[in-house]
Amino acid sequence: MIKASHISKIYQKDSVETVALSDVSFEVKKAEFVAIMGPSGSGKSTLMHILGALDLPTSGTYILDGEKVGNLSDDELADIRNRKIGFIFQAFNLLPRISALENVMLPMSYAQVPKGERLEKAKKLLGQVGLGDRISHTSSQLSGGQQQRVAIARGLSMNPSILLADEPTGNIATAQAEEIMQIFENLNREGHTIIMITHEPEIARHAKRTITIRDGNIVEDSNNQKQKRIKKN
Amino acid sequence: MEFIEIITESIGTLRLNKMRTGLAALGIIIGITSVIALISLGQGSQKSIENQIQSLGSNLLTVNPRGQSTGPVQAAGGSGTSLTLDDAKALASTSQLTTIKSVSPEYSGRAQVMAGRNNTNTQIIGAYPQYADIRKISVQSGSFISQRDVEAIAKVAVIGPQVAVDLFGEGINPVGQNIRVNGQTLRIIGLTVEKGGSGFNNPDNAIYVPLSTAQKQLFGATHLTSIGVEATSPDVMTQAQNEIGYFLLSQHKLKDPADADFSIFSQSDILSTVSQVTSTFTALLSGIAAISLLVGGIGIMNIMLVTVTERTREIGLRKALGAKKGIIVRQFLTEAILLTLIGGFVGMIVGIVISYVLSNIINLPFVIAVTSIVLAIGVSGAIGIIFGWYPAQKAANLQPIEALRYE
Repeated sequence: MIKASHISKIYQKDSVETVALSDVSFEVKKAEFVAIMGPSGSGKSTLMHILGALDLPTSGTYILDGEKVGNLSDDELADIRNRKIGFIFQAFNLLPRISALENVMLPMSYAQVPKGERLEKAKKLLGQVGLGDRISHTSSQLSGGQQQRVAIARGLSMNPSILLADEPTGNIATAQAEEIMQIFENLNREGHTIIMITHEPEIARHAKRTITIRDGNIVEDSNNQKQKRIKKN
Repeated sequence: MEFIEIITESIGTLRLNKMRTGLAALGIIIGITSVIALISLGQGSQKSIENQIQSLGSNLLTVNPRGQSTGPVQAAGGSGTSLTLDDAKALASTSQLTTIKSVSPEYSGRAQVMAGRNNTNTQIIGAYPQYADIRKISVQSGSFISQRDVEAIAKVAVIGPQVAVDLFGEGINPVGQNIRVNGQTLRIIGLTVEKGGSGFNNPDNAIYVPLSTAQKQLFGATHLTSIGVEATSPDVMTQAQNEIGYFLLSQHKLKDPADADFSIFSQSDILSTVSQVTSTFTALLSGIAAISLLVGGIGIMNIMLVTVTERTREIGLRKALGAKKGIIVRQFLTEAILLTLIGGFVGMIVGIVISYVLSNIINLPFVIAVTSIVLAIGVSGAIGIIFGWYPAQKAANLQPIEALRYE
């Protein structure tokens, strides 16, 4: 599903070079649930931006669901994000003025899905995340956990190749965070590929595999279920 | 994303901050209002001038005496005594002039007029019966001066409706009453129809008496103050002007046209000059109003730039979810155009109301041309596109990570 080979990202500001990622390679197969862990400044956000086609690597190749992401125009990248990636952000990032239903419909409207189809799909997804009775609420009328569930429904609306979650429980109370992770586990069981970035080991434990990065390098890639650890280097 | 969705969304955003929307649109409202009102008032005065040309007779030529020149000193135009009744009679009777239809010798002066306790200062016009024909005067009650009145030096008068109101009050028919002018008692034999003129030579504010009565009884003069000549058609005005000129020169035994002791002008000459002045003035004022539109447009651009900055996160999110540049551009451009169109529409309504009220107050015909409505809508839409373009491009070119990171 995902193949990242020798990915480096170097930020250049004035004449100072900052290496955010250096020669990172890994693969994620279909229906995997991967947590990417690391302290702040480790390069995990940069990695997420590249995996999410929000940014391009300085060198190396990134293949997402058979498509090479590199040297593409802004609009081509937007198209890939729209079709292949379901984003779930720490701050939920719902549009505040419109209803939950309209928020879920937004990615589909960018893909020119007919209105009737959009409406049906959005209602179904909100039902799936347990918000079938709150479809016309705006984000200010929803709790943090509920807002994140709307965001998950939005992330699923285009049947993406991967769900990309960036600290999905960072702004949510513990009890509700547990519910969100339950939803992730269920989605994974149904066959969705999930990549989640977090710095909390508690949350990472819900994933089947954990990749730890530090200073722009992968330092650990472990399988949670089998408790088997493969040390890199 | 369908067009209708973008529109509804833009309306939603604009309603979210009504105060800001209102203030941003105000610049456009003021600009469009002033352009519409000024164009309308300009066209109104143009129209009023055209009406006056028609009411004065479009084939009317007026001959005025020219002040005698004594060396380098020239007396004021119209003050001379060089025109006489004989000139007028010669003009009327000659067979040399094929372009003139009728001739009206006139003597006019101002005098105090009394009726009972009321009195007013007005213009007294000594006239022939032809006067009514040439100057398009008609009577609503009684009759105009007749040839017999002129021959008999009859002490009769025909008064304008304005004078009638001044002397006798509103709604009273003055025919049969007496007025006193310069020590003479005149009997009113007619009341003219209101023509709605204004300023000098207002035909509603005048008293018409037989020419002979004016000259001999009221003012003791032997000359004429003007001769009105009606040409056979508006097309031969220039020819008629020349023919009359040469005829009167020979009548006055003068050879060089530069020595002429009279001048001839057509009513429409003057009025077209006036209307040219009016349209230049209108264009000038509209130009100034257009500057306020430019200022309004800059205001729109400023507000849109603030909006883009404020909504950086939203733009970033939209792009992350797959919005292409075109969609973002369309969204912000629609918002700007909607803003200016609202301004343009409100401005148009206010402009029409203002010009309606003003044209009633200053007594002009109310004219709203379709072109100025099309102009208002078109210009305000164009301002939206021009001044919304840059902010929309700025929004579309935001990088999604930068935008999402923005707090």
